[in-house]
Amino acid sequence: MTVIADPFLAADARRERRFFLSLSLPALFIVGLAAILPIVWIIRQSFLTTAGEYTVGNYEKVLSSGLTWSALVTTLELSLGTLAICILLGTPLALALASARPRVANLLMAFVMLPLWTSILVRTYGWLVLLRRDGLINAALTGSGLTAEPLPLVYNFTGTLIGMVHYMLPLFLLPVYAAMRDIDANLVRASASMGATLGQTIRTVILPLSAGGIFSGSIIVLIYTIGFFITPAVLGGGKVNPLSTRIERTLSTFQDWGSASVLGILLLVLMALIGVMFLAARRLIAGHKVGTAHA
Amino acid sequence: MLEAYPDNRLARILLWSFCALVMAFLILPTLVVVPLSFSASNLLEFPPRAYSLRWYETFFGSATWMAALRTSLILGTLTAMIAVPLGLLASISINRLGGKAAVAIQGVLLTPSIVPGILLAIGLFFVLAAQRLVGTLFGVLVGHVVLAIPVACIVLLPALARFDWNQVQAARSLGANWARAIGGIIVPQLQISLLSATLMAFLTSLDESVISIFVSSGQNSTLPKLMFISLRDQIDPTIAAISTLWTVIVVAVVLIVTLRQKS
Amino acid sequence: MMKSLPITIDSVRKAYGSYVALDDVSLDIRGGELLTLLGPSGSGKTTLLMALAGFVRPDSGKLLLGDRDITRLAPNKRDIGIVFQNYALFPHMNVLANVEYPLALRKTPKAEARQRALDALARVKLEGLAERNIAALSGGQRQRVALARAIVFEPRVMLMDEPLSALDKNLRETMQYEIRRLHDDLGITTIYVTHDQREALIMSDRVAVMNSGRIQQIDTPQQIYDRPSTRFVAEFMGEANIVAPGSVRRIDGADASREALMIRAESFHLDAKLVGRDGVALDGVLRAKAFRGENWLLTLALDGGQEILVSIPAALASGCAELAPGRRLTAYAPAAKVHAMPGAKA
Repeated sequence: MTVIADPFLAADARRERRFFLSLSLPALFIVGLAAILPIVWIIRQSFLTTAGEYTVGNYEKVLSSGLTWSALVTTLELSLGTLAICILLGTPLALALASARPRVANLLMAFVMLPLWTSILVRTYGWLVLLRRDGLINAALTGSGLTAEPLPLVYNFTGTLIGMVHYMLPLFLLPVYAAMRDIDANLVRASASMGATLGQTIRTVILPLSAGGIFSGSIIVLIYTIGFFITPAVLGGGKVNPLSTRIERTLSTFQDWGSASVLGILLLVLMALIGVMFLAARRLIAGHKVGTAHA
Repeated sequence: MLEAYPDNRLARILLWSFCALVMAFLILPTLVVVPLSFSASNLLEFPPRAYSLRWYETFFGSATWMAALRTSLILGTLTAMIAVPLGLLASISINRLGGKAAVAIQGVLLTPSIVPGILLAIGLFFVLAAQRLVGTLFGVLVGHVVLAIPVACIVLLPALARFDWNQVQAARSLGANWARAIGGIIVPQLQISLLSATLMAFLTSLDESVISIFVSSGQNSTLPKLMFISLRDQIDPTIAAISTLWTVIVVAVVLIVTLRQKS
Repeated sequence: MMKSLPITIDSVRKAYGSYVALDDVSLDIRGGELLTLLGPSGSGKTTLLMALAGFVRPDSGKLLLGDRDITRLAPNKRDIGIVFQNYALFPHMNVLANVEYPLALRKTPKAEARQRALDALARVKLEGLAERNIAALSGGQRQRVALARAIVFEPRVMLMDEPLSALDKNLRETMQYEIRRLHDDLGITTIYVTHDQREALIMSDRVAVMNSGRIQQIDTPQQIYDRPSTRFVAEFMGEANIVAPGSVRRIDGADASREALMIRAESFHLDAKLVGRDGVALDGVLRAKAFRGENWLLTLALDGGQEILVSIPAALASGCAELAPGRRLTAYAPAAKVHAMPGAKA
C-alpha cells in the first residue's frame, strides 16, 4: 500500500471518506432513534419506579418471582425443542434438495420459501384451523376411527411448538442447503470409489462438511425463537408463557413498566449468552477441525 | 451429489417421501385456509358444505377492517418510500468505506433484525409514550422503517458488490456530480434489486405485527393488529377471507417480480 | 504382490439424448499395463473412464474386470483406485486420515491402517506430512496425497482422470516420471486419461487415441507417432505434414507412392547426403523461418501447392540463418520416416 506523503492528497482522501460516511447518516440516525434508543430506554426504565425514582426494586421483584423463572424455562424449552425438530426434519430435507438436479432443486427451494412470504398471522390462523378440537386434523382422526376423542393439539405447548417449527424450518434450511450444495461432487465419488456405503459416506463425508451450515442454522433458530411473541400468544392459548408473553402481560395488563423492562433485559441477556456460547463453540470446533478417518 | 450411488433406490424413495411430507407440512396451513374462506357456515367444516362469499363481503363491508387495511397499505408504501433510499445510500456508504467502518455501520444497521421484536416494541413504546406519540401513525411508521432498513440493505449490498464502480468514476471524470452519478448511473442499473428491496420493505411493513400491537391503537391499528386481536378472542372466518386475499396477492406479486427478473 | 487384472470393454455405448458420448467402444487392456486414453475434450475418454468407475452407466455393452462382469456393479463395490482431476481430498481430514480412509472402511485394525498409510505416503515421497491439513498443501503435494489414497488399499485397477492438468509445466514433468515409476513398482493395471499427447507418449505402454466417442487407434507410443492410421491421429500427435503423392519424388528416381504420405517435421534434412538413396525429396520455396533455440522451423511452400513445416536441429542448421524467404529449397527425408496414409486426402 502506497503511503500518501502529499498533505493535499491526504486531505482530499479524508474529504471523500467523510462524504461516503455522511451517506449512511440518515439510516444510522433512524436506527439509532428507533432501535438503539429504545433499548437504552428499556435499561433505564428497569431502574425506575412508577414515580420516576431510581431503584433496584424492580429487579428484586422480578428475579425473585417464580413466574419469571418458569417463563425462562418455557422460553428455553420452546427454543431448544424447535431447534431439535428443525435439525431432525431440516437436515434430511437439505440432503434431498442438494442431491436433486439444479433446476428441480431451485423449484423446490422456492416452494419451501413460499411460507416466508405469507403473513405469520395467516399461517397461525391456518394452524388453528388444523389443530383445534373442532379442527381438520382431529376431524380426520376421529372420523376415520384412529382416535376416539379429539386430541389437544393447540392452545398448549404442542401447538406452539408446531407453529414455531413451521416458521423456522425454511430459515434453518437455507444455510444447511447452501453448505451441502457446496460439497464437491467428486468427494462423494471418491468416497464411493474407496468402498464406502451410502450411509458411511453420509456419516463421514457429507455431514461433517455440512456442520458449518447446521451451526449457522442453529444460531438463527435460537436467536429468533427466544423472542417469538405471536406464535405462543395465539397458539399457546394463555397456557404457554415464555418471556415475550410475560412481558406483554406485565406491560398491558399490569401497566408495570419497570418489571416489563427487567424481563426485557433478561431476554437481552439470554440472547447475548447464546451469542457468546456460539462464538466459543465455533472457536472450539475450528481448532478441532481435523478429525480422524475412523468414523 | 448422490449419483455415485445409483443403486440405493430404497434410500432414495425414503428420502423423497420424507421430503414430500415435510413440504406438505410447510404448505398445509396456508392452503387449508383458502377453501374455508368460501364456506357458507361459520363452523369449521372441511370440505365446506355450502359455498358463499359472505366472509369477503363482511371484510369489505366492515368499516373497522377497511380502516385497518387502509392504514396498513399507507404504512407499507411510506415505509418502502423511506427505507429503500436510505438503505441504498447506506449500502453505497458501506461498499465504498470498506474495512472497520463498513463493518461497524453494517453492525448497527442490522441490529433491528437481530434484536427480538418484542424488545423493540416495548422500547419504542416507552420512547413514544414519553413524547405522547403512542397510537399515532408516525410512531408505527418509525418502527416499520427501522425494521425495513436492514431488509433493504440485505438486498442492496450484494447488488452493489457486483456493480462495476468504474462506471461511476467514468461519469465523474466526464463531469457528473455525486447526485447525478448515483441517480443517473447507479440507480438505473440496480433496478431489479431496487424493485426487490422495495417489495421486501413493503412486505416487512405489511406483515409487521409485534410493534404494531404495542404502538398502534384505535383508528391507527394495522391489519395484522386487528387480526391478532381477533385470533386471540375467537376464530372469526372473516380472517380466512383476509388470509386468502393476502396470500393470493403476495404470491402473485412475487411471481410477477421473479418472472420479470428472469426475462 | 497380486497379479494385476486385465480389463475388457465390450461394445460400450452411451448417449445423452442425441449426443453420442461413447459409440460402440471395445478395448482389451492387459493386466499390469499402463494404457492412456488420449483425445480432445468431448472425445469420450473421460466418459469411458467414468463408466469403468461406475459413475456413468452405459446404455449397452459390457465391462469386465478379469473375468468378472462389473457392468452393473455399484461403484463402491468395484475396488478400483481413482485419482480425480481436482484430487477430491476430504478437507475435514488431515493427510493421514485421508489416506487411511479406505482402510478404515475395510475395518483394518488401526495400527495396521496407520502403518500402511504411512508406507503409501513414503512411496509418493510425502513422509513427514502426515499430520498436515489439506488446505496447507501445495498442488503437487495434494496430487501425491490423492495418489497415496488411491493405492493404499491395493486395488487391482487404477483410474486417473487428467491428474496433472492443474500443475505447472515443471511439476507436471516430474510427476509424469513419478507416476510411471509408481506404476512400474506396483504393477497395477492403470488407465490414464489425458489430452496432452506428449504426456501420453512419455508415460504409456499403449495409447488409445479417441475422437467423437470412438477409438481411432490403439498402439504403442512409437507406432502411434510414426505410423498413425488416420489423419486425426497423425495430426493430434504433432505436426503431421500430410502431402499429396505428386509433391514427393524418390531420390533414386523410382516410382513415387500413389498414396498420401505423412512425414513428421523433425524427420527432414536439408542435406541429401544424410538421407539414403531410397529416401524422398520435396521441392519448394521457403516461405518463412523461425529460430527456436534448439531447432529452426522452416515453412516450405511445395511446388504442388501445399505448405509443410520442416524442423532442423540447431546442430545441423549452420546456414539456416542466411536462407532468405523466396529462395528455392529441397527437403529430404529417409524412407523409414515416410508413412503412407491410404485414404487420407492431402
